Amino acid sequence: MSQIGPVLVDGIIYSAWLFIAAVGLTLVYGVMKILNVTHGSFYALGAYAGASLTGAWLARGFPPMLSYAVLLGGALLVTLVFAPAIERGLLRFMYAKDEVVILLVTYALFLILEDTIKLIWGVNPYFVAEPYALLGSFEVGGLRYPTYNLILVGLALALSAGLAWVLHSTRVGKLLLAVIHDPEMSRALGVNVDRFYLVTFTLGSLLAAIGGSFTAPTVSVVPGLGVDVIVLSFAVVVIGGLGSLPGAALGAVIVGLVRSVSVHYLPQVELFVIYSVMALVLAFRPRGLFGLAEPRRI
Amino acid sequence: MKPDRTPALLGTVLAAVVLGGLALPQWTLFILTIAFAQGLVVLGLMLLQRAGLVSFGQALYYCIGAYTAGGLGRAFGTGDLFVQMLAGAAAAALVALMLGFLLARYRGIFFGLLSLALSMIFYGLIVKSEALGSTDGMNLVKTTLFGVRPDAAWVRYAMAVAAACLALGAAFLTHRYLKTPLGRLGPAIKDNEIRVEYMGASVRYAIHVNYVIAATLAGAGGALAATSVGHIDPEMAYWTTSGEFVFIAILSGAGSVVAPFFGALVFGAIHTVAYDVSPNTWQMSMGAALLLAIVFLPDGLWSLFVRRRPG
Repeated sequence: MSQIGPVLVDGIIYSAWLFIAAVGLTLVYGVMKILNVTHGSFYALGAYAGASLTGAWLARGFPPMLSYAVLLGGALLVTLVFAPAIERGLLRFMYAKDEVVILLVTYALFLILEDTIKLIWGVNPYFVAEPYALLGSFEVGGLRYPTYNLILVGLALALSAGLAWVLHSTRVGKLLLAVIHDPEMSRALGVNVDRFYLVTFTLGSLLAAIGGSFTAPTVSVVPGLGVDVIVLSFAVVVIGGLGSLPGAALGAVIVGLVRSVSVHYLPQVELFVIYSVMALVLAFRPRGLFGLAEPRRI
Repeated sequence: MKPDRTPALLGTVLAAVVLGGLALPQWTLFILTIAFAQGLVVLGLMLLQRAGLVSFGQALYYCIGAYTAGGLGRAFGTGDLFVQMLAGAAAAALVALMLGFLLARYRGIFFGLLSLALSMIFYGLIVKSEALGSTDGMNLVKTTLFGVRPDAAWVRYAMAVAAACLALGAAFLTHRYLKTPLGRLGPAIKDNEIRVEYMGASVRYAIHVNYVIAATLAGAGGALAATSVGHIDPEMAYWTTSGEFVFIAILSGAGSVVAPFFGALVFGAIHTVAYDVSPNTWQMSMGAALLLAIVFLPDGLWSLFVRRRPG
């Protein structure tokens, strides 16, 4: 099995990408119980902002090594423009409604954002391959990989460590856990739940935008970019367990490896196996592999 | 007891299509036919919605119906609308019967997600199967009605009338079903499942039956859409297609079996006008319409026609 090396490397790279793209979704669901379709819009927004800003940055002849910071800055910029406005301006009036209705509200927002993107950036594709090509490449089992992919892996590891640290070792994280467990009781004890919702939604959207902006150099950025990502991140997050951070990591690794194995050995079944895993997990453990039982309320 | 006005309403709509269709231009007849196809799917979603379930994978059955119609043409060369719709409905019903054993156990967001996963599995299958044309899909043979190909000037009218007969017939049967004890269980399940079980009814059985009926309607709708467009592709099973159906269901409301068709027509009208006015921002108009419907008409467009009794 000489292919085992490339299969693993592909799997790890794809897992890292999936984790970055999907972790924000589980965060938002875990805290706010919103299955957020606009997640894909923020991914696309991040990709467009990253591609256009980096393109402008390089065209002016600024140091190309800093283009990674520009990618990050682009993601931050679009998130700060759109996410707080959406949460404060619309979503907060919907929290009393049914989970499914809120999902439809985010679906409506997704349709609106799709066209907003076209209005801002037009319908022509954007290419910025420089950050991707800049770092050279490495070789595994006779196949060459761009070193850029290692940035994705590093970013995924840093994000998961950072989120775990914030959630379990800081005051804010502990308050957030309290909000997740019982928003009403937290409110009664003086926690500013509204602010937690605002910050969570913004942070979750920022993660999607970062996923998009760091993918931008590897693809051509075209309209409809976020549409696939939505349902793929749904799969990742559902496999791990909605609202569970370790679950999102596990889901990303499972989907990443499964896809990599199928692409190497039987490419016809790629999409089929990903969603079959999702359906199997739902069939046997509907709350996902790491999902917790609903805490009982009186 | 109030007299049941729905059969009369269905008859009026049919008469309006038969007579009004003579005066309408061809392209509106096409929109009308598509509205009947989508209305059939949404009628099924309405049955599930009454029981508190929202399926984000109804495109699965829509696409099964469409590909059954396409396959019939390829295997037997038949393009008969009635054969296509019957076969599409039967194929969808068969799949739903099997998947129903699994899905009838799920509620809320998990029902939606599992149906989404199942439709995406089907999408993944046909997108990669070259025999079915992969992402390009395939063209259908020319539609016939009872083996006859209508004259080119009349084909849109004939199809709109045939679609109206079949769709409104299905709506009438669904209306009758909703009057049976099993049909009446839907809202009861939504309100309180445990109470329904204590009454001696099986919630799982009732959901399973509703699920199969919904799939049958979606299969028929898919075949109708396929044959009137003349082309099918895997996008018909993609999640955005399911999203559109849920959109129409929310827009229509669950007030009457006529509501889904009205909602689908309004959806088609918004779509056509928005696309005509500004091709790059039609989705924005659709999204805005959906938001407005959710905020101001939580019971759908149909609630505009229901007289509210005071107190």
